[in-house]
Amino acid sequence: MINNVSKLRVTDGRVNKDIQSCAIFGVMDRSGRRFGGKMIIEAMKNMKVRGNGLGGGFAVYGIYPEYKDCYAIHVMFEKEEVKQKVDGFLNKYFDVVDDEEIPTKEDVNLDPPMFWRYFVKPQKKGKDKILSDDDYVVDKVMKINTGIDYAYVFSSGKDMGVFKGVGFPEEIAELFMLEELYKGYIWTAHSRFPTNTPGWWGGAHPFCILDWTVVHNGEISSYGTNRRFLEMYGYYCTLFTDTEVIAYAVDLLMRKQKLPIEVVAKIFAPPMWDQIDRMEEKKKKFYTTLRMVYAPLLINGPFTIIIAHHGEMIGLTDRIRLRPITAGEKGDLLFVSSEEAAIRAVCKPDKVWTPKGGEPVIGRLKKR
Amino acid sequence: MSKLRDPFMDNVRKIENIAKAVKFEGNMAKIDARELNHKELNDLIRLCVEKGAEKIILKNVCGQRYIGTRLFFPDKKVEIEIFGTPGNDLGMFMNGHKIVVHGNAQDGVGNTMNEGEIIVEGRAGDVVAMSMRGGRVFIRDDVGYRTAIHMKEYKDKVPVLVVGGTSQDFLGEYMAGGIVVLLGLNRGKHLANYIGTGMHGGRIYVRGKLEKYQLGKEVGIVEMEEEDYKKLESLVKDFLIYFKGKGLDEKLDVDEILGEKITKLIPVSKRPYGRIYTY
Repeated sequence: MINNVSKLRVTDGRVNKDIQSCAIFGVMDRSGRRFGGKMIIEAMKNMKVRGNGLGGGFAVYGIYPEYKDCYAIHVMFEKEEVKQKVDGFLNKYFDVVDDEEIPTKEDVNLDPPMFWRYFVKPQKKGKDKILSDDDYVVDKVMKINTGIDYAYVFSSGKDMGVFKGVGFPEEIAELFMLEELYKGYIWTAHSRFPTNTPGWWGGAHPFCILDWTVVHNGEISSYGTNRRFLEMYGYYCTLFTDTEVIAYAVDLLMRKQKLPIEVVAKIFAPPMWDQIDRMEEKKKKFYTTLRMVYAPLLINGPFTIIIAHHGEMIGLTDRIRLRPITAGEKGDLLFVSSEEAAIRAVCKPDKVWTPKGGEPVIGRLKKR
Repeated sequence: MSKLRDPFMDNVRKIENIAKAVKFEGNMAKIDARELNHKELNDLIRLCVEKGAEKIILKNVCGQRYIGTRLFFPDKKVEIEIFGTPGNDLGMFMNGHKIVVHGNAQDGVGNTMNEGEIIVEGRAGDVVAMSMRGGRVFIRDDVGYRTAIHMKEYKDKVPVLVVGGTSQDFLGEYMAGGIVVLLGLNRGKHLANYIGTGMHGGRIYVRGKLEKYQLGKEVGIVEMEEEDYKKLESLVKDFLIYFKGKGLDEKLDVDEILGEKITKLIPVSKRPYGRIYTY
């Protein structure tokens, strides 16, 4: 089914199993003030050695206020002629309010595929009418990603967007002119050092479904179990990268099942059994139930992730913190970073701290 | 774009092109690290030592790694003072120099350090004193996960780590030697779990309340003896000298610190996993 990644992949064998680490960074203005990309680009430059130029990307929230009610579908085309198919598909299932090529700088030497964005509203017909708008969009995104070769939807939320590719983050930012063109109230970013899976344009972080995005440093040894569980709920992993499962798991648990992040964190990174044994009865029952019901969504292996969606940014590590995380605060700004220096490179924080493994750092939009 | 790029070595400037970042004042050298990457900064530090600097002051450090590494001079010992936030593996493989950080440090402070001293007037990240084999590290505040993992000793080379605050989980994991002191100043209870998991040498002193379940299976609690107190007294004295006036509570004194309950942890076996493997 999936045979369309050969060209986009970077298949240089030397990157296999090279031991290094990715860089992740997130910044949120909890007052909702929108700001430019300079801060996060500089922070990522500070951590340049954590990546190797085989993947960089950004998620930004609040960038399309003029199309607030439309899903912004970002698509990459490895072959330009595939665009016709995607156009046809989207016009069949959606009201395409507007569409355009995503502006990119011509003289950036990265050999990118073609990028297009569509602002769409669902046009549900027949049995699809029972689906919520969000579920409908998930279903159609999965259909494009699994059914139309050489085309990938890599961003599908409202008033937000993912921009990513093969290059260092500052190169990807330059390609998409992030600093000049966009303002948002949450920015997350990733610099990749691929270890187990190929470095290719679709495999760069962030991973996105609807407005849920994930950037990830680490590797998920439970990928197979997680993926099979998610398939039962209609999520299909097509991007050859373990992080994808986290994006879908977050969509399932937080959007569909409406669990708060405090609980989701304990599904991904549950307390050890011996810790549960020492809890009082009510907690013990809760955590035991959680571990039993959601065992297939326990994320094993080292990870630090930054999850974002409208109104919230969350930093989380595995329960024994096998990847680094530092949080920082300055006024309404909340930072989550792989390294403290990257935060200090862009501001003088009021406070920095290192959360315990498995304990989420949560930034929420203040109520106005 | 299949060409692999090396973020460490690509675009490293030649030393003559960055030498303007150094200013000598007698036997002291100042380096403005603002525009320097990891290798450039370490190249310049080495140059300063070669040119006879005894003290090197680094300004505007922000994430540069391996500071103090690549400074093997059998008969030269220098002092490096850092303003800003040094990057990972500060003082890695260091052999005899002294580093003072006016601020926080990141992961891997004193990694496999052989001799010398690192003083951090703030907190530090994960794997502090990892595989350390000699010298001393003093951290004013807290440290992260896996502190002193696989620290080791041999004859008179006994590494020492003193932490003013507390540590996160896996303190002293697989520790094979050396001394770790957790003073737990300004806090009620240590929260670290799995302390000393796989430990098979050395000793850990923890001041303040500690529950049995916080310990790994491979450590045991033993009574504090006169010799332990003597050792701790000298280390706490130095700790106070280093950090008084540097953000530490001015009222603290040795007797007050050592008057609190102190738990001494040592391994129960020199070969905890001997029976797991077959031969």
